Amino acid sequence: MSDSVRIVGILDNAHDTKTFEFQWDEKASPGQFIMVWVPGMEEIPMSLSKTDRIKSITVKKIGKDTQKLHELSLGDPIRIRGPYGKGFDLRKSKNMLLVGGGVGTAAIIPAVKETGADTIIAARTDRDIIMDEVAGRYAKNLWIATDDGSRGFHGNAVQLMREKASENKYEMVLACGPEIMQYHLYNACVELGMDCQLSLERHMKCGAGVCGCCVMDDLRVCKDGPVLTKEQISKIKDFGVSKRDECGRIVKLG
Amino acid sequence: MLVTSVGKMRLEKPGMVASGVMDETGPSMVRMLRSGAGAVVTKSIGSEPNPGHPNPVFTELKGGYINAMGLPNPGIELFGKEMEIAAKNGNIIGSIYGSSPEEFSALAVKMERYGAAAVELNLSCPNAAGYGMEIGTDPSVVGSIVSAVKSAVSIPVWTKLTPNTHMIKDLAMAVQDAGGDAVVAINTVKAMVISPMFGKPILSNKFGGLSGPAIRSIGVRAVFEIRTVVDIPIIGVGGISDWKDAAQYLMAGACAFQIGSAVGTKGIEVFDTINSELERFMKDYGYSSISKMVGVAHE
Repeated sequence: MSDSVRIVGILDNAHDTKTFEFQWDEKASPGQFIMVWVPGMEEIPMSLSKTDRIKSITVKKIGKDTQKLHELSLGDPIRIRGPYGKGFDLRKSKNMLLVGGGVGTAAIIPAVKETGADTIIAARTDRDIIMDEVAGRYAKNLWIATDDGSRGFHGNAVQLMREKASENKYEMVLACGPEIMQYHLYNACVELGMDCQLSLERHMKCGAGVCGCCVMDDLRVCKDGPVLTKEQISKIKDFGVSKRDECGRIVKLG
Repeated sequence: MLVTSVGKMRLEKPGMVASGVMDETGPSMVRMLRSGAGAVVTKSIGSEPNPGHPNPVFTELKGGYINAMGLPNPGIELFGKEMEIAAKNGNIIGSIYGSSPEEFSALAVKMERYGAAAVELNLSCPNAAGYGMEIGTDPSVVGSIVSAVKSAVSIPVWTKLTPNTHMIKDLAMAVQDAGGDAVVAINTVKAMVISPMFGKPILSNKFGGLSGPAIRSIGVRAVFEIRTVVDIPIIGVGGISDWKDAAQYLMAGACAFQIGSAVGTKGIEVFDTINSELERFMKDYGYSSISKMVGVAHE
């Protein structure tokens, strides 16, 4: 449901990324999201980076709406609604590898906490890595990958995932990150015979499964997702290829 | 048992997906056709691509939803691709919006060419300046649009009416007098929601349309009143989420109904659930067909 909550904690995760904590009693599960709004911005979907009674969103400054959120201080109100969507199914496998790319890492952190599974966090450079400290506390093993090699494995998330998958027998990969990363991750899972659950993103309006603006083929990212199974993804023609804009026009992914 | 007809159009199931709900793309409309709906009404399509209003455009509230999407749609040209996918799978009703009889007619012609089983004229959206309810509350304007579209296409022409008026009966009579094939009632009720903590309206458009259980009794009343003044078919819509809601609309005089908000609150399964429970009710209470229920509250 919708609610107004006050910011009770602000953490700096990286040069352009902050986490905002608030108390909200709604029950939420790892991988679910909320719609977030304050006056002066467009309402946007945000994954929950904490799903306990104290919940949080982790915001990377990428445009005017996220800039507006970055201006918030302790005690400021925000309007939220949700939690929405289907999160990760953490009971489907006992032998999982969790992969977070860029700010998408925030969405897998609740699953890392709940499962303690092996985790990969990847980003462009060392200064873009977020939440490695909290992940390190809960994950059995935590590996870092950076595109420029400034920290950890020199390469991307998928390359490191392939390496770790050859050393360990994982049944299932859970991930959130840029679609291009997830597209290659999905293909690697198909090739290596691993199951996966991926948290995807599309332009969202209602968030509640009504308007159909965020569909990938016939699946609503807001309600049938945002976490989709390997089987669901295998049938989606849009994945990694195209998305719909605010008008519902097809736009090729760059 | 659940077969009904809207004029000459036969529907295997009496429930349709209301305009604006899971109906912007071909694949989502196909999914809804397979969910137990007798037809799917498309998102309202205009002449040009329209992004709609900026977020926030939607929120839950006690008793329903409020929305001011602002008629987002890809425009009639691009929508042909979506219709190509959807129309071969079942009854697709093309909802269209325009600002003049000529614009409505041109859009209707395209919809007919795309394979729409009927067109639904959106003369009732409360959220778009110069469109919808702003032109749909004047019976003479409604009449001129309906008669222009009627002479432009051969598929049935339905008109969706607004409840934001004291003269919905006059609007329905104008539709009938202009040769319209059916009346759809009701669209959302113009409403507003304010955030106490911010002291500001929540929707970017300030006002929006209220839908869901909160408006069902308004819709049932409107259908009942319309039935007393016209003979053309009525399609009931507004706050239906279970078989009892649907039965009320039928008994008020609708021969079919549409469901929107409940797709969010009850899920896509809402059509299957209502179909089976309505059928059980009909058996228990001796209604052998939908048509036997239509308008019984007037007798």
